[in-house]
Amino acid sequence: MGFPVLTTLVLAPAVGAVAVALLSRRRPEWIKLMALLASAFTGALSIWVMSSFSTDDAGFQFVSKHLWIEPWGISWHLGVDGISLFLVVLTGVLFPLVIVGIDPHHDHKRYFAWLLLLEAGMMGSFLSLDLFVFFVFFELVLVPMYFLIGGWGYDDRVYAATKFFLYTMLGSAFMLVGIITTAVLARSNGVGHITFDLVEIAEKATFAASTGRWLFFAFAVAFAVKVPMFPLHTWLPDAHTQAPTGGSVILAGVMLKLGTYGLLRFGLYLFPEAARWGAPLFLTLATIGIIYGAVVATMQKDLKRLVAYSSVAHLGFIVLGTFAFTSQAITGAVMQMVNHGVSTGALFVLVGMIYERRHTREIAQLRGIQKVAPIFAGVFMVVMLSSIGVPGLNGFVGEYLILIGSFLTARWWTVVAATGVILAALYLMWAYQRVFHGEPDDDNKNFPELRLKEGMFLLPFVGLIVFCGVYPKPMLDRIEPSVKALITHVSEKTGYTEPQIPTPPVEEGEAP
Amino acid sequence: MVDIVWLIPALPLAGFLLVLLFGRRLGEPRSGYLATAMVGASFLVTVGVFLDLRSLPSEARSHVVTLFSWLPVGSLQVDLAFLADPLSITMCLFVTGIGTLIHLYAVGYMHGDPRFSKFFMYLNLFAFSMLMLVLGENLLVTFLGWEGVGTCSYFLIAFWHERDSAATAGKKAFVTNRVGDWGVMMAMFLAFQAVGTLSYGGINAAAESGALSQTTATAIAVMLFIGACGKSAQLPLYLWLPDAMEGPTPVSALIHAATMVTAGVFLLTRVNPVIHASASWVPTLIAVVGCATALFAATIAVAQNDIKKVLAYSTVSQLGYMFLAVGSGAYVAAIFHMITHAFFKALLFLGSGSVIHGMHHEQDMRRMGALRTLMPITAFTFIIGWLAIAGVPPFAGFWSKDEILLFAFAKSPVLYVFGLITAILTAYYMTRQVIMVFYGTARWHDKADEHGAHGDFEPHESPVTMLAPLVVLAGLSVVGGALQLPFSSNLHFLGKWLEPVVEVGEANIHGTWADNNKYLLLVIAVVCAALGIAASIAVYGKHRARAIEPEVLEQGWYYDRTVSNFMGGPGRAAFAAAAWFDRTIIDGAVNQVGKVVRGSAGEMRKVQSGYVRQYAAAIGVGVVLLLVWFVVIRGIL
Repeated sequence: MGFPVLTTLVLAPAVGAVAVALLSRRRPEWIKLMALLASAFTGALSIWVMSSFSTDDAGFQFVSKHLWIEPWGISWHLGVDGISLFLVVLTGVLFPLVIVGIDPHHDHKRYFAWLLLLEAGMMGSFLSLDLFVFFVFFELVLVPMYFLIGGWGYDDRVYAATKFFLYTMLGSAFMLVGIITTAVLARSNGVGHITFDLVEIAEKATFAASTGRWLFFAFAVAFAVKVPMFPLHTWLPDAHTQAPTGGSVILAGVMLKLGTYGLLRFGLYLFPEAARWGAPLFLTLATIGIIYGAVVATMQKDLKRLVAYSSVAHLGFIVLGTFAFTSQAITGAVMQMVNHGVSTGALFVLVGMIYERRHTREIAQLRGIQKVAPIFAGVFMVVMLSSIGVPGLNGFVGEYLILIGSFLTARWWTVVAATGVILAALYLMWAYQRVFHGEPDDDNKNFPELRLKEGMFLLPFVGLIVFCGVYPKPMLDRIEPSVKALITHVSEKTGYTEPQIPTPPVEEGEAP
Repeated sequence: MVDIVWLIPALPLAGFLLVLLFGRRLGEPRSGYLATAMVGASFLVTVGVFLDLRSLPSEARSHVVTLFSWLPVGSLQVDLAFLADPLSITMCLFVTGIGTLIHLYAVGYMHGDPRFSKFFMYLNLFAFSMLMLVLGENLLVTFLGWEGVGTCSYFLIAFWHERDSAATAGKKAFVTNRVGDWGVMMAMFLAFQAVGTLSYGGINAAAESGALSQTTATAIAVMLFIGACGKSAQLPLYLWLPDAMEGPTPVSALIHAATMVTAGVFLLTRVNPVIHASASWVPTLIAVVGCATALFAATIAVAQNDIKKVLAYSTVSQLGYMFLAVGSGAYVAAIFHMITHAFFKALLFLGSGSVIHGMHHEQDMRRMGALRTLMPITAFTFIIGWLAIAGVPPFAGFWSKDEILLFAFAKSPVLYVFGLITAILTAYYMTRQVIMVFYGTARWHDKADEHGAHGDFEPHESPVTMLAPLVVLAGLSVVGGALQLPFSSNLHFLGKWLEPVVEVGEANIHGTWADNNKYLLLVIAVVCAALGIAASIAVYGKHRARAIEPEVLEQGWYYDRTVSNFMGGPGRAAFAAAAWFDRTIIDGAVNQVGKVVRGSAGEMRKVQSGYVRQYAAAIGVGVVLLLVWFVVIRGIL
């Protein structure tokens, strides 16, 4: 085992945070440079991990494991597989973009320090394979986000930050109980000694059905809040609306995925029997979330709130795919986590730019922007179409895979959930029309066009949106083996079999 | 040559990218000519592929060209692949051919528009999407094009987005189409589950071999039909098409008459073995919906005063004929009518655009009249289009409509009768339009004041870039019928060409009463067309009778209004109620929990007063209570 690359991914931003904290607050440009260096290094490293990731290996790669607290079996166990790989890359790429592209306006030092600490926490959460270490990172993430919303947010930021913090803490409390109980019970149920190691518990422990279900729900509550799933979602619109643009991008881009990722890694993997048992409930809540989030989004007056509710709908798709237990659906769900991060992240960036220009996000105050800022409107349009799920762009690929996979095992849920694509077109296009179409009034007729710097900032987003929509194969090739392995794991533990698809008939008049 | 079929959509895509990057620098008219050249080149490639396919024996005329693996996940393996066969190449021929003409026309029509190059960018993107749609080897590639044309249609309807009505119409088109798209998605899911592939070859083969159960085939066919109803503007989803006339006229001609709206007919033709394998009520449903739409839209067209609205409802009506054909198993006739309709309806739309151009953006036919002397070429070509759509022999529309009616008769005489009534109405309202626009008295003088900026208002003939396409399309509208003449099976060129694609689904009407008496039906059709024209001349030309244009028809049977009232009323209220519920009930509960915790914590805090006597008293009371509990309740001591 050579260079501990995953440990570096976690530590580099943390070191960066410390370095930023040590710099003088009177030199914001140095602070920004330092923050950029730390996050860019992390980003480059994450891309290196992606490029050297082996598509033949469904298990965890780049593993580093060091015993940490021996009496309790806690170890610093990091690893990456197809399920976490692109979330790590997304985290690695999104942070430098946010750091270079979005200005906090005040208190640069604390802002960048919190942001880097947040990145360390995110990386740690996605890479940890030890329940205890995961929990530490999962909780660690809350603190910087609390301060980012509370310190750099808008008018109602303190309320939103507190709500966000308490709501997610409440969920985590369940998970903490769940983690400790899992470790203790696993000892007497197949593992033989006390350990918090995820892989060891998942592979060796067999819980009684009732025990497993209680434990699963202790975890699931924490993740359901984080996703957020209906009806535990109301912290999200407040947090998003009040958070500074950078905070919203990170929140939507990577942080919500802690919930959906958690459901896969600590729900399906750790408690397959319970996850199978609880699937109808999750499918139902996910479907409600898809429709309900879209309906409520339609009626929002604040553009940012609208995007926040659209996240509720989009993440509903991801949960739907997760609990469908087919390789298409789960692969789609993993891909959609990344897609949603890219397109919703970009939407928040664009809404932030509108706010910078007009000092309002209220839809009724905006009008006719396409006429005065056609390039800005064009970029918004591409991002919006990705969010609507138009084929050829990334959003479609994920959503389509989720739906086609879910149709196999959860047909009627899927039939209803698919109407969400109609509603997505409705709320986004209606909002677009009110903001961008029409003749601009006096307040909007001087809306500045997209600047070169802003364009350069948005280019990677648009590039990813198009590339992943046209050629998703490299991504799918890396995700799918791990998803297959996960489903095999579920099958071994529960006797579930993935539905068999008939082999297509050989077509006439065609060379084999 | 067949192997370069990918070039057909790639050229317009390249055009789109070039105009996207360099459009502003190219400016007017060069970006327009670039876009036109790209579609024109695509047409030439199509001709090459066509000739190549023709040289092969008919059973070998199906060729798959795979570019790359698009969505490979487990058992789902979808390639970005093209299928070059008689059906797709026929579609490509008229899409690129008419597309080129309309691009050229648009160079003149969009002259002076500040977003000139952007218009051509969208137009090229549309051509690309449409070609993906027809060339797709599987349902998903078709769906890529399907949604792509919908998106471009949205862009182009809302092209003059400063106008609220245009922006609303664009959004309406997209959202209504999405309802249909839901059906297409369901069809794909069903097909994947049942057959394990999305490729047409696999699905159709399964339908033919019986591997696809009748129930599944029925479900797939119905779901695709829902999608087709959205895209091809059939009842009850036709609502968006009349509004789509807010777009520039070349868009109406290309997208909302000749190409995109026929996608539904194409899709159903493509999967004709599945429809064949489905329950027998499915084709009947398609035929009835098509026939009902044809008649319904024709009655509305009778009372429209906007020159483009007449043509829009006429398009809905003619698409109804194509669905009637599909439902009657007359796939060749459906494609035949699709082609002739593309010729004459594109001609009529472009003609109307020429009129609108010459009339300085006047669209109300009540303010036109007597334009034939001022716009002789427009008038002459428009009249050819009129004869073609009205069903006058030997113009193109007569032959294709007649073939549909023949098959409809074989399916059910009731369908035939309704089809015939529609034909009379078609002749009637088109004659009305021609008279109102080109004959009678000039009624545009009253408009002179409104056009003060132009000085003396005088309608004028359009530039040559606009007239040339009109002349070509007029020529095609005259001779288009030669593709498939009823007199001898040797003259069934289109039927023979399409046979490998439609042989499973095509109805066999040999020996039916309708087939034996097809010349009688031919005569009846001519009589009906003459009847409609004569009635219209009597009313609008000679003023022998009062025009019957009741409000209910002008308002389209109030259907649109009812739907939008519902959406704006109860629909919106329901959405608002959900938002209220979220704010007040769900979030209210969350905040209430917070409040209760805080409130009770505040109360509890008071207990921690710091007074030792209070603590001592509390301990004392506690001890007493405990003692009471032990002694009295538990009975200890």
